[in-house]
Amino acid sequence: MPKLIKLTGDPSGKDFGAEWAEDGFVHVGDDDALPEGDVILSLARFQAEGEILLSNSRRVGVRVEPDQEVEALAYDLPRLSVVALAFPKYRDGRAYTSARLLRERLGFTGQVRAVGDVLQEQAGFMVRCGFDAFEPADGATPEAWTKAAHRFRHVYQRAADHRRVAFEERAV
Amino acid sequence: MYLYDPIDREFLIDRSNEFRHQVARRLAGELTDDQFKPLRLMNGLYLQLHAYMLRIAIPYGSLNARQARRLAWIARTYDKGYGHFTTRQNIQFNWIKLKDAPDILDALAEVDLHAIQTSGNCIRNVTADPYAGATAEEIDDPRVWSEVLRQWSTLHPEFSFLPRKFKIAITGALTDRAAVKVHDIGLILRKGRDGQIGFEVIVGGGQGRTPYVGPTIRSYLPAEHLLSYVEAILRVYNRHGRRDNIYKARIKILVAALGAEEFARQVEEEWGKIDAARANLPASELARVRAAFAQTNFEALPAVSETFEAARAASPALQRFVRNNVKPHKQSGYAIVEVSLKAIGQTPGDATAEQLEVVADLAERYSLDDLRVTHAQNLVLPHVKLDDLPTVHAALEAAGLATANIDLASDIIACPGLDYCALANARAIPIAQDIAKKFADPDRAEKVGELKIKISGCINACGHHHVAHIGILGVDKKGEEFYQLSLGGSGAEDASIGKILGPGLSADKVAPAIDALVEAYLHIRTGEERFLDTYRRVGLEPFKEAVYAQAD
Repeated sequence: MPKLIKLTGDPSGKDFGAEWAEDGFVHVGDDDALPEGDVILSLARFQAEGEILLSNSRRVGVRVEPDQEVEALAYDLPRLSVVALAFPKYRDGRAYTSARLLRERLGFTGQVRAVGDVLQEQAGFMVRCGFDAFEPADGATPEAWTKAAHRFRHVYQRAADHRRVAFEERAV
Repeated sequence: MYLYDPIDREFLIDRSNEFRHQVARRLAGELTDDQFKPLRLMNGLYLQLHAYMLRIAIPYGSLNARQARRLAWIARTYDKGYGHFTTRQNIQFNWIKLKDAPDILDALAEVDLHAIQTSGNCIRNVTADPYAGATAEEIDDPRVWSEVLRQWSTLHPEFSFLPRKFKIAITGALTDRAAVKVHDIGLILRKGRDGQIGFEVIVGGGQGRTPYVGPTIRSYLPAEHLLSYVEAILRVYNRHGRRDNIYKARIKILVAALGAEEFARQVEEEWGKIDAARANLPASELARVRAAFAQTNFEALPAVSETFEAARAASPALQRFVRNNVKPHKQSGYAIVEVSLKAIGQTPGDATAEQLEVVADLAERYSLDDLRVTHAQNLVLPHVKLDDLPTVHAALEAAGLATANIDLASDIIACPGLDYCALANARAIPIAQDIAKKFADPDRAEKVGELKIKISGCINACGHHHVAHIGILGVDKKGEEFYQLSLGGSGAEDASIGKILGPGLSADKVAPAIDALVEAYLHIRTGEERFLDTYRRVGLEPFKEAVYAQAD
C-alpha cells in the first residue's frame, strides 16, 4: 500500500506542515471484489454502485482521471470523503485545475488527494491548488514535502489555499 | 520602469536557492540526468550541441543600464564574451557550465533578472511593443499589462504544466511590433466607445509546424478583466488541449479543431463562472504598477534641435542612420533610436560584452536609463533627445552598432540553427551572413526598402520564417542541408503566413536566389510598394520564374 502524506495546519498561513498518515482507504479497481471498509473507486464504478455503497456506512472516495470532469461529482460531493486526482505523468497538469474547481467552485471540504506520478517538486503547486493528501511516487518524506511547499515566501496569484498574495502584502 | 520591491527580490532569491539545491543534487549523483532535465528546463537551462545554454528572461524586452552591464559581465565571466538576443526579447548564453548556473542566477537576481519560465510547458516571458511608452501611436502602455501578467503567471500553481508552452504578446499601438497575431494569446489595446481602455483578444495564432494567424475571440474586453479572462482561456486550454501528441498540443490546434466561435463560447462560459472579484487585479495594485511606468522626467524641448540639424546636414552617415533607425517619439524634441545587431557579416542578434556596455552607458546617459530588446533581435534606446542624437550615433558607430538597416534586407532574423541548436536540421547563421553581404551596399539596401527576411534552421520556426516577407526554412535532405523559400508572410498588423515558392535550394544557392527575388521585385514594383505589397499584387509566379529559371 502506498504511503500517505497529509497536510497539517492551515495552508493559508505560514505554519502548515505535513506528516505520515494512516490511510484507511483501499484503492479498488473496476474488476476487483469490494473489500470491507473505506474505498476509493473509479468515477465509472462510483456512478454505477455509489448509491448502495454510500448507504452502507462506509466512507467512499472517487478517483478522477485527468480527462474526466470533476463537475460530474457536483451533487455527490457532500457525501464523499476523498476525491483522488490522478497524475498519470507529473507533466499532466489537468488535475491542478480539477483541484481548484473542487475547492473554489464546488466547495468540496473533504480530502483532495494526489495519486500517480506525484513528486516533491510539485508540492508547492499542489498545496496552492487545494490538495491536502499525497501519495508520493519519489519516496518523499513529510519533511521534504513540507520544505518544498514552503520554498517560496511569496506568491503572486490567488488560488485555493487563500494565501496572502504579493499585492495584499504590499497593501499592508 | 517597474522596479522590484523586497517581495519580488525575495521571490528570486528563493528561486535561486531552490535551483542551487537541485544542481547540487545532480552533481552529487542524487538525481539522474532524466530527473534533473525538467528542473533545469524550468530555469531556462538547455543542453545544446556543444554546451549548456542559459536563456534569461527580459520581461517585455525592457532593461536598465545596470541589468545590461550585468549581462555583459556574465558574457565575459561565464561565456565566450557575447550573448544572443532572441525573438522573445530574451537573451541566451550558449557556452555555460552546469556548475556555474546557480552563481549566474544569483548574479542575475542581484539586478532583478532571472530565467524563470524561459522554458517548459508554462506561460513564457510576456513580450510587448519595444516602443512602449515612447511612441505617439499608443493607446495605453503595454508594459503595465505585461508586468501584471508577468507577476500573475510567475509559478502559477494551476498553469505550470500546460499541454505545451504558452506565449503572450501585447501591443498598445496599431502598428504591431510584437507579432501579436502569431502568439498563443495576442492582446491589442483598444479604446472603448465609452472612452475606457480594453483589449482585443486574439487566441491560437502560432508558427512551428502548423502556422496560424490567430482569430479574434473577443473584440473588446474591458481592461480590468484581463486576469480573469486570461485565466478562463488558460483553463479551457489546460483541460482540453491535446496531450497525446507534442506537435498538436499548442492552443492553436485546439482553437482550430473547435473553431474560433466554439472556443470563444467555451471561454466565455468558463469566464462567467469565475469569481471576477477574486481573479482580477485590485485597482490599487494596478495603480501601483502603472505609476512605475509613468515617465515624468521628459524635458520640455522644441520640436527642432539646431544641434542635431547642423550635425545631420554635415554627415551623410547620420542622415542615413536617421532615415532608417530613428523613429518619431511622442515627446517633442525626443526620438526613438534603434540599435542594429545586424552588422553585415555578424551573427544576427549577437552582442559582445563590450557592445552591451556601450549601449548600457548610452541608455543611462541619453535614454532615461531605459533599453529595449526587439523581437527582430535588435536593441532600442527609446528616449533620446534630438540634441544628443549626433553623440549617440557617433558612440554607436565606434562600437560597430550603427548599421543603418532596420527593416531592410540585411536586418535578418535568424535562429541559432545547427551551429548551436540540438533540434536544428540546418545552419541559419551563415545563410543570414551570405544574404546580408548581398545588401552590404547601403544604397542598394535602401533602394529595395522594407524587406523582412527570416531564417529558421528547422520546422519549429524559431526564426519566424512563416511570417517573413521572404522566409527561409532549413531542412535536412538525406544528410544535406536544403532551404525552402516562402513569400508573402507578415508578423505585423497585416499578418499572414507565407507561401512556399518551390523546391528547396542548396546552401550556396540561397543568397543568389534572394538576389533574384529582389531584382524581380525592383523590376515589377510600382510606386511606393514594399516587396510584400508587390507580392500581394502579383502573386508567386513572377518570383518563381526569377528563381528557378535562373537555376535551370
